[in-house]
Amino acid sequence: MTDMLKLHGVHTHIGQYHILHGVDLAVPRGQLTMLLGRNGAGKTTTLRTIMGLWQASQGSISFDGRDITKLPTPEIAQGGIAYVPENMGIFADLTVRENMILAARNGEIDPQRLKWIFGLFPALEKFWSLAAGVLSGGQKQMLAIARAIVEPRELLLIDEPTKGLAPAIIMNMVQAFKELKSTGATILLVEQNFLAAKLLGDHVAVMDDGRVVHRGAMAELAEDTVLQQKLLGLSMDAHQ
Amino acid sequence: MTAVADTSASATLPKVRVDYLPVLLVPILMLAALPLVGSVSTWVTLTVAALAMGMMIFLMASGLTLVFGLMDVLNFGHGVFISFGAYVSLIALGPLASWVESDNIWLNVGVLLACIATAMLITGALGYAFERVVIRPVYGQHLKQILITMGGMIVAEQMIHVIWGASPIPLRLPEGLRGAIVIGDAAMEKYRVIAVVLGLAVFGIMHLVLNRTKIGLLIRAGVENAEMVEALGYKIRRLFVGVFIAGSALAGLGGVLWAFYRQTLTAGMGMEVNVLIFIVIIIGGLGSVGGCFIGALLVALVANYTGFLAPKLALGSSILLMVVILLWRPQGLYPVAKR
Repeated sequence: MTDMLKLHGVHTHIGQYHILHGVDLAVPRGQLTMLLGRNGAGKTTTLRTIMGLWQASQGSISFDGRDITKLPTPEIAQGGIAYVPENMGIFADLTVRENMILAARNGEIDPQRLKWIFGLFPALEKFWSLAAGVLSGGQKQMLAIARAIVEPRELLLIDEPTKGLAPAIIMNMVQAFKELKSTGATILLVEQNFLAAKLLGDHVAVMDDGRVVHRGAMAELAEDTVLQQKLLGLSMDAHQ
Repeated sequence: MTAVADTSASATLPKVRVDYLPVLLVPILMLAALPLVGSVSTWVTLTVAALAMGMMIFLMASGLTLVFGLMDVLNFGHGVFISFGAYVSLIALGPLASWVESDNIWLNVGVLLACIATAMLITGALGYAFERVVIRPVYGQHLKQILITMGGMIVAEQMIHVIWGASPIPLRLPEGLRGAIVIGDAAMEKYRVIAVVLGLAVFGIMHLVLNRTKIGLLIRAGVENAEMVEALGYKIRRLFVGVFIAGSALAGLGGVLWAFYRQTLTAGMGMEVNVLIFIVIIIGGLGSVGGCFIGALLVALVANYTGFLAPKLALGSSILLMVVILLWRPQGLYPVAKR
């Protein structure tokens, strides 16, 4: 199993603040890697640094064997990385259709692919011609993910897709990710919901204070309540 | 295949509320002024003149609102392109002087179009240079943007003095565009009618480009969330340069129309109208072309009606209108959804 994405000793500064302190991370091809950690651990900063939205001040990031550390964001995206930010990045004044078309490189969406996406997220078909701004939070999240997968991408970076969603919707979202996983997609998923992480993750990296402090199989962490308590400050009881 | 259920209650279609109220303000204002003005013919004359003025303000302001919306750049030097646009039309006017005095209406219109084309080409090129030299080093720094663009405008004004002299230059309207069309008792200046037609045509083209093309889609998306447009793989900086050039060219077009309207060229004409332009884009909602259009019409109508009804109030009418609109809608008439 080869690593599609590798971060080695990545440091990121935002203004005067030193946020990432030497992140080492590997995302294996065709697997779903969970990136966990407490609030402020540096998960979002890690994703934004990979996308070039914040420049790494030190260290290296390689994607599919190519150094992308200093590349501008559009080139990183063109290289095959799709990004769903924490705030979803939906264009509220544009219709659902227009949001999707923007994500399609040549401005046209493959009908078969679209049918598959509508199968995953039926609400999008119904609200196709409506402004994205009128969608509910869950529907916006669906649109954000649908936009990322409108064309096959090498790697998906998704930041807290279940944040603020009702439990029933979270479970539906988990099912959709499972479906996505089954297509062989490589995903790096930031998540606060440990139950969702347990159900989806093949691998896990846990961050604390701007560093990756644990890497391993998700199943192992899910079984080890002492380690969970130590790394994440949670007990599984709270998530059952 | 697993489907994610609709998250809306029982999946009813959300209602899309189309906000017509700002659009209706224009006819409401026009109708409200009719009994106050008293005479229908005077009202028609005032209204057509205001619509022409509004169109010209819109042309001058539309580029600025997109530039601000797309890249968050406060370009206080936008007036440069208006002044330069007006002055460089002299380049076309020189060799075509005989067309200005010709009785042939097509030659008259031709000279106006030649002036417009020259002004748009040169101000577009000037806009490219201005973006590279003045704007680019100060992205993301509002205070520096204000200072350097104001400075740029002062330098450009002095350059106009150097090139064309400090004295105002009279500008004659082409023969066929002078005078008025009289319908009943109402007189409408021909040139103002042409300005209305041109303004509407440009607005229509902008509307089509923004709503029916991929470039337009990118501009609208970029105005909302430039960072996300980049994360989708588009080079927003290149798009911004294109919009800046187009905005400068539109300001040049507005400058030509404005100059023929005043029939005088002065180096400070861009700076004079700058305040009005900022009022219009604030009223419209920063970044919104539709809001800018409505805002320009409202400003011009209010200015003309108050000029006739209460001349002492006319000077402050635009600011008063802005205060009233912002009390009603603090983000402007059509605020752009921002990240």
